[in-house]
Amino acid sequence: MNEIVDREEIAPDTWRYVVRAPEIARRREAGQFVVLRVYDRGERFPLTVVDSDPDEGTIELIFQAVGTSTRMLAQMHEGDQILDLVGPLGRPTHIDKFGRCVVMGGGYGMAPVIPIARALKAAGNEIVGINGARSADQVILTERMEEICDRVEICTDDGSAGHKGFVTDVLQQMIEDGEQIDFVLAIGPTPMMRAVAELTRPHAIKTVVSLNPIMVDGTGMCGGCRVEVAGETKFACIEGPEFDAHEVDFDMLMKRQQMYSDMEGEARRMFKPHSTPLGKEEHPGCHCCEEDDNER
Amino acid sequence: MSGKKSEGKQSMPELAPEERIHSFDEVPLGYTPEMAVAEAKRCLQCKRPLCVEGCPVFVQIPEFIQLIAERKFTEAARMIKQTNAFPAICGRVCPQETQCEIKCVLGKRGEPIAIGRLERFAADWELQHNEVEPPERPEATGHSVAVVGSGPGGMAAAADLAMWGHDVTIYELFHAAGGVLRYGIPRFRLPREILDAELDYLTKLGVMLRTNFVVGQTATIDDLLEEHDAVFVATGAGLPRFLEIPGENMLGVYSANEFLTRVNLMRADRFPDYHTPVHCGANVIVIGGGNVAMDAARTARRLGSENVTVLYRRTRKEMPAREEEIEHAEQEGVQMHFLASPIEIEGDEEGWARSITCQQMELGEPDESGRRSPVPIEGETFTIEADTVIVAIGSHAHPLVPETTPDLEVSHRGYVAIDDTGATSKDGVFAGGDIVTGAATVIEAMGAGRRAAESIHRYLTDEDPPNGMSRSD
Ligand SMILES: Cc1cc2nc3c(=O)[nH]c(=O)nc-3n(C[C@H](O)[C@H](O)[C@H](O)COP(=O)(O)OP(=O)(O)OC[C@H]3O[C@@H](n4cnc5c(N)ncnc54)[C@H](O)[C@@H]3O)c2cc1C
Ligand SMILES: Cc1cc2nc3c(=O)[nH]c(=O)nc-3n(C[C@H](O)[C@H](O)[C@H](O)COP(=O)(O)OP(=O)(O)OC[C@H]3O[C@@H](n4cnc5c(N)ncnc54)[C@H](O)[C@@H]3O)c2cc1C
Ligand code: FES
Repeated sequence: MNEIVDREEIAPDTWRYVVRAPEIARRREAGQFVVLRVYDRGERFPLTVVDSDPDEGTIELIFQAVGTSTRMLAQMHEGDQILDLVGPLGRPTHIDKFGRCVVMGGGYGMAPVIPIARALKAAGNEIVGINGARSADQVILTERMEEICDRVEICTDDGSAGHKGFVTDVLQQMIEDGEQIDFVLAIGPTPMMRAVAELTRPHAIKTVVSLNPIMVDGTGMCGGCRVEVAGETKFACIEGPEFDAHEVDFDMLMKRQQMYSDMEGEARRMFKPHSTPLGKEEHPGCHCCEEDDNER
Repeated sequence: MSGKKSEGKQSMPELAPEERIHSFDEVPLGYTPEMAVAEAKRCLQCKRPLCVEGCPVFVQIPEFIQLIAERKFTEAARMIKQTNAFPAICGRVCPQETQCEIKCVLGKRGEPIAIGRLERFAADWELQHNEVEPPERPEATGHSVAVVGSGPGGMAAAADLAMWGHDVTIYELFHAAGGVLRYGIPRFRLPREILDAELDYLTKLGVMLRTNFVVGQTATIDDLLEEHDAVFVATGAGLPRFLEIPGENMLGVYSANEFLTRVNLMRADRFPDYHTPVHCGANVIVIGGGNVAMDAARTARRLGSENVTVLYRRTRKEMPAREEEIEHAEQEGVQMHFLASPIEIEGDEEGWARSITCQQMELGEPDESGRRSPVPIEGETFTIEADTVIVAIGSHAHPLVPETTPDLEVSHRGYVAIDDTGATSKDGVFAGGDIVTGAATVIEAMGAGRRAAESIHRYLTDEDPPNGMSRSD
């Protein structure tokens, strides 16, 4: 179960995995995610299901190796099995015929945008994609965006590909140019999502964001994922992860995301690629303690 | 150790409080064979045993106690297992003082017989001496049953159904089975070796376990009915409730469920060896007065917090927690602050909780539960330091199954409605445990599981089960 059938580093530290999970592949819809645990002392952490192939019984995950859990995942091999994989979780995206939609992703956020963009397109919307990253080598999924969208704008912080600037700069230009925008979807780092919300608010453009609070079970049983939306507490894992951007308390979300930053640092220091404090035998399934044969 | 012989029941040796707070080892150490035999000999062997009436699953109490008195310890365990497949769990976590022991005739003049401790003794003996043998299963019936949720309700139903020859698969959303026994009740009350052994017994009975499977998401009840002939829903009341006061989403504020799950299931007590962290500051406030609050407070002490205070809005007398748990918490240095109802959590710039402000209460008229209800004393509030706040004020029904099963009727607040056989409004679907009653007890969930198993057996075969619960009535 949960066998990694394909893996590829699509940008520095950004990985695309295809994993065998027939039940999830059959049922998942755009906007849903899975929770994984890589080995028996590992954390449970969420990743969006980017795509699925119900016939092959596989799902696609795209993730950035940012901390202990994601780095461990990044060090697994083709043929390895992910210890625990559960889903699909969360509510599917509410898809409608909105008209002209702008879908924008920052960093790994481009990955969760893909399935929603595809579903919006299938519902008859016109789609403009804005694909943002720090620099050219980190721009991911351009081809797929071009396949789905009617138009794709690329931007990088350093100008090494596409426009120089942030995704919000591109959106702002579109608004200033008087382009018709009926719906905006933004997924990425929380400051980016907040900036998009602030930009569209005065124009009353319906804007949806996918929130990424810290999660444990992903099924409503802990409340660790709570966010404030329109002044009410919501459990993002069962009532989200997508919410109306104009109602989200981003400030609180950003603070809550930092809840373990001191400890995550500690865990990362303990975690050296290919040599963990735990020793080889305690590290089944994950080859991080074995010979140096992958990229990191 | 502090075990000494008393006039009444044999006292149980316990780990000393100063040792306890440095480990998650089990606190009550269990009877020695001599203690058990001495205690068993106190039993009057009543002809019409009242204790059995107090037991939700009708354990044959005088019979198993007699076997202990005769030093037939393994036989005693097997006698219990005829009506309760999991005595090592029940002997530890059941509130015997309000169930079987309260009915004991000996209790009228002195102390009742220590039924729970004897139950635990017999079960542990059987486990420690590797004498656990699953009963012989009859020929397979060819019927297949899905059990949703692997807590005590699901475990008990699965055990009976497997014993009667049905094919049973348990579906569990977490990566490990046991429900509250796994993620909620700490190991110092229920060691995980015990839970694992009891679950192993289920496997030996032929029960299949599918973890990482969320019914309502991975598959619906209707999907399960395509593969199975009947479904038993035992998904519990796992949704944490919050107080809905300002500041409740500050950093450092947890539901008891999250706090306990991080430690019990994810082993945050061993961070960073285990990767899941938990924050437990110097000043921990636990809100609530039940077993869950006691478990959270005692866990916080073990994580090294100096000042752990339980805030409860009534007084010690009204606390729903078991007396034993309250005593243990007090011995371990947990402070109790009564007649306090939180009204706001205050924090710092970064959003961390720093203090909690409470309304001073007093006791008024009894409410529908018969306990005197707390009423605020106008204008009297106070503020105490708090860097970790753990909210243990109860829980709601888990909504995933009801939400995704349109023809499943729910009663009040999302709990699944059943008739007195455990059947729901949907053909072939039965339910029991906390998802029906709201948060209750391990043994009540097990009782509900067993009753539903009987009904499922009748539903599938049109016959009474060979040894259902009704037999022991
Ligand atoms: C619904 C949802 C969908 C997501 N989809 C993707 C995706 O498709 N691709 C992707 O690369 N990332 C995704 N994420 C983020 C991903 O879960 C985190 O990057 C990952 O958990 C980091 O864990 P770590 O141990 O590697 O890093 P850490 O060092 O532990 O943390 C790095 C940062 O990640 C966040 N984080 C840590 N633990 C968790 C947790 N248990 N749950 C959520 N966030 C956490 C924290 O804010 C932290 O600052 C998603 C998050 C959510 C909530
Ligand atoms: C901290 C704590 C301490 C307690 N202490 C005691 C005590 O000392 N004595 C006592 O008698 N009682 C105690 N209780 C109460 C007791 O544990 C519960 O009443 C009992 O566990 C209920 O059993 P259940 O089988 O109905 O549900 P649960 O034990 O809650 O199990 C339900 C299971 O179903 C799973 N599930 C839920 N939804 C789904 C789904 N959609 N798909 C798949 N799986 C699903 C859950 O993950 C869980 O594993 C305590 C409770 C808590 C929280
Ligand atoms: S992750 Fe536990 S409730 Fe949402």
